[in-house]
Formats: sequence, C-alpha cells, structure tokens
Amino acid sequence: MTSDARPLERYIARFDPFDRFLHFLLMVTFLGLALTGLPLLFSTHAWAAVLARLLGGFQGAGLLHRVFAFGMLACFGMHLARLAYRLVVRKDWGILWGPHSMVPQPRDIVQIAQNFRWFMGRGPRPKFDRYAYWEKFDYWAVFWGMGIIGGSGLVLWFPKFFARFIPGTAFNLALLIHGEEALLAVCFIFTIHFFNSHLRPEKFPVDKVIFTGVVPEEELRHERPAEYERIAASGRLERLASPPPTSATLIWTRISTVLAVALGLLLVFLTIRALLG
Amino acid sequence: MFAVGVSAANGAPAVKPPPNEDCLSCHGDKDAKRADGRSLFVAQEKFASSVHGQAGLACVDCHASLAASTEFPHAEKLPPAQCASCHADIVSDYGKSVHAEARRQNGASVAATCSDCHGMHDIQPAKDPASRTYALNVPATCARCHGNPDVIRKGHIKIGNVAALYEDSIHGRAVLKSGLVTAPNCKTCHGMHDIRRSSDPAARVFRGNVPSTCGSCHQGIARLYDEGIHGTLFRNGDKRTPVCTDCHTAHHIRQADVEAWRLDAVKECGNCHAESVESFRDTYHGQVTNLGFARIATCSDCHRAHDIHPASDSRSTVSPAGRVATCQKCHPDTGEKFARYDPHPNPKERARNPLLFYASIFMKWLLVGVMAFFGLHTVLWFPRSWRARREGNGAEPPPREGEKR
Repeated sequence: MTSDARPLERYIARFDPFDRFLHFLLMVTFLGLALTGLPLLFSTHAWAAVLARLLGGFQGAGLLHRVFAFGMLACFGMHLARLAYRLVVRKDWGILWGPHSMVPQPRDIVQIAQNFRWFMGRGPRPKFDRYAYWEKFDYWAVFWGMGIIGGSGLVLWFPKFFARFIPGTAFNLALLIHGEEALLAVCFIFTIHFFNSHLRPEKFPVDKVIFTGVVPEEELRHERPAEYERIAASGRLERLASPPPTSATLIWTRISTVLAVALGLLLVFLTIRALLG
Repeated sequence: MFAVGVSAANGAPAVKPPPNEDCLSCHGDKDAKRADGRSLFVAQEKFASSVHGQAGLACVDCHASLAASTEFPHAEKLPPAQCASCHADIVSDYGKSVHAEARRQNGASVAATCSDCHGMHDIQPAKDPASRTYALNVPATCARCHGNPDVIRKGHIKIGNVAALYEDSIHGRAVLKSGLVTAPNCKTCHGMHDIRRSSDPAARVFRGNVPSTCGSCHQGIARLYDEGIHGTLFRNGDKRTPVCTDCHTAHHIRQADVEAWRLDAVKECGNCHAESVESFRDTYHGQVTNLGFARIATCSDCHRAHDIHPASDSRSTVSPAGRVATCQKCHPDTGEKFARYDPHPNPKERARNPLLFYASIFMKWLLVGVMAFFGLHTVLWFPRSWRARREGNGAEPPPREGEKR
C-alpha cells in the first residue's frame, strides 16, 4: 500500500474522553474564576466595579467564585485520583519517566535549546514526543498554581477554621499570593498558552485535538515526529487510528473555543491595561 | 376717628398723624396704581390679622416719615419701613449679619432684609404655622434666595444651591417630609438675624464652633467626640483635626448607614490618613469597598466614628486588648489568633511583616521571569512558524508507517 492510496483523513487518537473532560472543566472553571476574581484584584478600576455589579455584587461574584473553585478543585482531585490509579493499579511507571511522562527530563532542556536555534533559523525543529517542554511547563504551572491558589483560596474561604491553626497574618499572606499567582496564571494562560497551543500559525485559530481527542495522522507526523515514530515502531498506529471527528463535535468545539478565547483575550486585555495604567 | 396706637417716641408731633383709614382711602383701592403701573393695594384684612394689625399698629408707626406729613397723596419714593423703631436690638443684630454686610457693600444687593424673610403687611409670629419664620417653613423661606439660581448668581453665593442639598439631607427630610419641628432647620445652626459667614469666628458655623453647634442637639455624640483623639486635638487647637462637618458635610448630611456615605467617609479619613487608607484598599475589606459596596468593614467599623482613640490607648477598639471583640462584631466565634490579622498590611514594609515582604518580591519576580522568558519564546516563535508554513520546518518528518516497510 502506497502513501497515495491511503485515505487522507486518517486520524490518530491522542486524548481519551476523560482527559478531554478534565481540560474542558479546567477551561470553564479557570475562565469563571478569572472573571469573578479579577474585579477584586483591580478593584480601583471602573470596569471592575461594572463587572462586579453584573456578577451580582461582591456577594454574587463571591458565590460564583466559590462554585468555580469547587469545580476546579474537583478537576484537580479527579486528575490526582487517575494518576494514583495508573500508578497503583495499572503499574504504569511510564508516567513518572520516559517519553509519555510529564516529568521534565534532560531531553527537554536539549529541546529548548534546539527550538531556540530553530526559531533563529539555525537548525531543524526538534523532534518532539508526546509532550513538548512548553506543554510540560503548562502542566506544572497549573499543578503549582492549584497548590498555591487553591491552598490560599481555601484559607481565605474558611478563615475561622484555619485561624485555629495559623495566625491572622496568614490571611494577609494568603490574599497576596492568591492574587499575585492568579495574575500570573491569567497573564500566562491567556497569552502564552493561547499562542503556544492554539493561536500560532500552524494551529490558528485553535488546536482542536484536546476537544475532539484526535489529530490528523499527517499533523502528528510533522508536529510530533518522535511520538509518531514510537507509535509506529510499536505497531500501535492501527489501534490508535480513529475516524475524523463528527461535525457535531466540530461545531461544539468551534463554539466553546471561540467563546473561551474571546473571554480570555478580553480579560487579559483588561488585566494588562490595568497593570500599565 | 383718631385712633392712636403706639406712637413714635420723637417728642410731641406738631401734626396729628393720619389714621389708617386715611391711608386706606387710596391703598384700599384694588385698582389704584403707581405711575409705573404697579399696584399700591394693601389688603386690609391681611394686615388686620397680622401680628402688627393685632397689636393695633398704625400704618405710620412703620412708615414713620409720613407721620408728620400733611401732603397727600405723598411722594412715591419713601424711606423703607422702620422696623428698628420698635425692634432696635434685632435690627442691630441684623447689622452684624452677612446679609447686612452685603447690602452695605452694594446698595443694589439682593441680600435679604427684614421683609424678605418676614413679609410686609402680613407678618405672623414665628409660632404661627402660617408664618414664613415658623420652624417647618424656614427652609422654604431661605430657599427663596438660596435655592434660586438667579439670586445665587447675582449674590455671588459661593456655596451654590444649598437649599437642594439641605432638602436631601437627613435634617431636611426630617423637617420637610416628616414635619419634625425639633429637627434642625437653617436657623438652628446659622442663627436668625445675625447670620454670619463661616469664616467669622463669631459665627455658630465657624469651624472652631461647629462641635458645640452640632453638640447643642447631639449631646451624646459631642461627649464621645470630645473624649476621642479628634476632639482632644480639636481642643488643643490642632487645625487639621476633623470637626463634624468634615465627615458629615454641612448641608448634605446623610444617614450614617447609607452605602454612598460610608464609602465617602473612607475617602474623608484618607485626607489625613492617606497611608492607612491605601493599605486598607489592598485588603479584602478595602477591595470590596473600592468596588462600591459598603457591607463590609470600613474605617469606622473598627476604629469607631466619634470616640476614636489611638491603638496605644486601652479604650481603643483596636488596642491589643480590644481587637478581638472588634473582629468578633463581624466574625463571631473567632479568637486572638484570628485577630492577629493585619487590616493595614504593607508588603513594602519589611519590618511590619517580613514574610509578606519577601513573598511579594518573589511573586513579582516569578511573574516577570515567566512572562519574560515565554514572551521572548513567543516573539521568536511566531515569525518562524509563519515562514515554516511555506518553507517547511527544516526537519524531515519520519516516514509514514507504510513507507517504512
């Protein structure tokens, strides 16, 4: 069978439904938390007061913020539970080290350098595997953010309980790092993550893979050569082959991503204007 | 008929003064007019029921220049009615007022004289609910000028339409809407005849006299203010210390639990305590306040409004001993550990909270570091990707699965 005879639209499964669900939940709760939290962070700006009124005052915005916070912590909890399951039950040690692990490895350092060389036109693009270094950074940034923002958020949510163990000055610290880390998250996700994963020319306007779960085989071959080779070598390509996403999935993806990107860009625009002004 | 009421005291008149009937033979005619067409009619029954009519005064008791006149009809232009001939003390009080001062400086001034507030022939005693000077009517009487844009402009009244502010104030509502005669109207604070400028040390509304003026009704509050740090500073002659009107305003005094007022009060405190308000604004209390909601602690909820004491004073609500109870007002079931919260943190002040200081620096540099690295990463990546769409990315993709075999 030659390549020309191959159907052009062969897709390869990359993310299972659970991963896609977690990304979607993370996306919705992150946008919700940013929308309901930014007014407090930039409370002296006129738009913040307008937004707070629209969200039902500080009580309404506060309630929504807690609802989204619960959703995000549930998302984090489900992810941790799944990691534990894969480690303890499935003995999948590969998630701790190796080509499909999120753990940073020497190869990532090398690829950062190689990628910068490629940016300057001084070398070929590195052969990325399942997770490129910027994706690992995204992942660990969220992981760290969950701990920092989630932890400080819980302290602020239940001050009476926490005051039994820690002094009141901890609330000062919690509010500071909650806000500063949230600011970093908003600035990062709505600019760097948006560009790296969705808005860059190869993917514009959105990389649908995390929503549909499948990637065209050709795209995988070009974007993730190491992963493609590895899958092909292990003979799993046939097993991972999937039909193209249905039009219903594509419509749903288009609507939710356009809304998410629009809201994210609006929020980061307001944030950057507030930081500069 | 020779009715003689209270006669002028300037010796024996050579001519018998004309009785009211003589005056009314012209002034009782509804159609009688001056040369310029204005009516010269005086409503007899109105005068008869007025305080002066009831007392049996004759027209010439006030229009004294006509008492000795024999030429009738008299000249059109007469000296004004002489209130001072009976009310000498009051007219002398009036002479000290801002109104009289304005008239002295400019004869054509629109500033009020006796008749502007009391009326002319129909003057009623202030106790009479129909009187212009009755407690509930005073605001409307003053508003005839102080709520009239034309007079305000001509009289160069700097404070502007003060009647509208008063009308919307808690005092104005009490008088005008609730009909409380005990609530303050204009004259309660400004006095009556000797109304003086607020810059005049003798004025009841002079800054230095404000606490005692307000305190004449708000006695309980005045005592608290007096004991507090602001009252103490005031007594010691500190010019920066706030008096009642600095926080409450003079005319637009609002109910203390109105959200807009609570928010304004924070700004007012910030006029002197700028640093404290700035650090407050960075806390959750302050952020919510900034957004325009006041159902959260503002300055006075912790420090109190009138009996404010320095934290070093054991009477203070924010003293180490009093703090727990203060926090508990909003946060019941909390204790000493909770109350160690700093309502005025300043991450720039290392000594105040070293942990906060270093955390703030760390978070700032984390933000700058991450955004700088990935910002550069993106700026370099974008043009490369743009070109790569046409030229390929410079790396050979691995062969397709089929081609390998």
